Amino acid sequence: MNVEVTPLPGIGVRKDFALRSGQRVGVINHRDGAIELIISRTDDPDACVASIPLTVDESATLGNLLGAPQLVAQLTEEHKDLPGIQTKQLPIFEGSPYDGRTLGDTELRTRTGVSVVAVMRAGQLHPSPDPGFTFTEGDLLVAVGTSEGLGAAKKVLKNG
Amino acid sequence: MTADHAALSLIELGAVFFGLGVLGRLAQRAGLSPIPLYLLGGLAFGSGGVFGFGSIQGFTDIASEIGVVLLLLMLGLEYTPTELFTGLRRSWLAGVVDILLNATPGAVLALLLGWGPAAALVLGGITYISSSGIIAKVLNDLGRTGNRETPVVLAILVFEDLVMAAYLPTLTGVLGGVSLAAGLRAVGVSLLVVTVVLVVAMRFGRYVSAVLFSEDREIFLLKLLGSALLVAGLAAAMQVSAAVGAFLLGIAIAGPAAHSATRVLEPLRDLFAAIFFVVFGLNTDPSDIPPVLGYAVALAVVTTITKLATGWWAARRQGIGPLGRARAGASLIARGEFSIIIAGLAVSAGAVEPRLAALTTTYVLIMAALGPIAARVVEPLARAVRASPAVKPAS
Repeated sequence: MNVEVTPLPGIGVRKDFALRSGQRVGVINHRDGAIELIISRTDDPDACVASIPLTVDESATLGNLLGAPQLVAQLTEEHKDLPGIQTKQLPIFEGSPYDGRTLGDTELRTRTGVSVVAVMRAGQLHPSPDPGFTFTEGDLLVAVGTSEGLGAAKKVLKNG
Repeated sequence: MTADHAALSLIELGAVFFGLGVLGRLAQRAGLSPIPLYLLGGLAFGSGGVFGFGSIQGFTDIASEIGVVLLLLMLGLEYTPTELFTGLRRSWLAGVVDILLNATPGAVLALLLGWGPAAALVLGGITYISSSGIIAKVLNDLGRTGNRETPVVLAILVFEDLVMAAYLPTLTGVLGGVSLAAGLRAVGVSLLVVTVVLVVAMRFGRYVSAVLFSEDREIFLLKLLGSALLVAGLAAAMQVSAAVGAFLLGIAIAGPAAHSATRVLEPLRDLFAAIFFVVFGLNTDPSDIPPVLGYAVALAVVTTITKLATGWWAARRQGIGPLGRARAGASLIARGEFSIIIAGLAVSAGAVEPRLAALTTTYVLIMAALGPIAARVVEPLARAVRASPAVKPAS
């Protein structure tokens, strides 16, 4: 994907790319740290139909929502020859006992047989997290295991 | 007696600020820049105007000087040296077209009126320079920051601001009115100083930032304001113009220091810049306006078209569609603070035709009001033109 990076003197940087439909989608990183999601008009690709200011949390969540399904689909595709093995996204919800604690603390492998292969955070992929990886609210864990094991892991992450 | 004087000063100053606040609110309601209303406020209070005030003149005079310094300092803070240099490299051709198209009308009018070459230089600068303050606000208000033509507009503004850094010292030299040789020498010296400072700012800007920066807001404000006034004063003493000194200091401050500096200085800039506009209005005699009104309107019409053409041309070179070209052109129309700064320099030097002040006030009144309106209506207007059967290809 060809992301075009355009400096906006005095404002920040615009990063956008063209969709197959010809519309542009991207973000403006303001110099004061603010992030804006921009979507261009269909009838006038130079102008924007929407420019939506996002907080850091909001843009991180949006990044996870957009990025995680693709990763899961890819892993599922890779595991399709292994019957009984599934890939699922497991979120660290608000109020989870593991918000602020490490992957090792969850003892997921011992308790459920599930492996965490990656963590999506703020739109960034952290592959193969080690036991010292500290979770925070909003993280999406990409986990591989049996369907019972994944169900149990979901409960563990929610209730401890 | 002194207590009475102090009381009177406070009352006058309070009335001025409160009045400006009310005017600013009105401008906001109407979606306009407050600059024209501040100027009108100054006209109303000024010599030959409805009111007059004497006891705060000393304060307003120095406050308006500080206003210019802060306007330029904040402008410099907007840009990093790298942005300026890449901007210069990428958009110099559009910048040159901008100068040719927009400085010429002013310069020609001054010559036609027989005001002489110095006034031509002044009036050319006044019609050339767009108001980056008004334009930045309009782009933001209309949600056009993400538009594809916006970098074109910003690049032209960056170029104009750089031109100002060379133009203001030159103007100071010419207005100094010494012999041609001495004038040229002053211009040469100032250009050299500007270049050296720019290069130093690019290389050693972080040291400047490190010296000035402080976590404590109060200390930071004092160091910042102190250094700005010091640099501005020294620059003025060297005939480089106080405003340019402040601009260069602003460029030298970069990184996190620049962001906090913007936040800290913004309210001060708004306050002192408002006084600056009022004082310029004050120094204009309203009875001078009717004779120059026709010229101001003619100049406004011509330079509206030339800025439109500049934006259109520059945007087309970047592959922007017709609607975007129209938006880019219309965005650039607003003239404001810098035109007044140029005129203020000329008036205080006393070397040019006195009617120039009245002409500039009228011109900026028109352009600062027209700019945001033009930027707003250009899109529906351009769509209507495109959709009208007269222009539509037969199909």
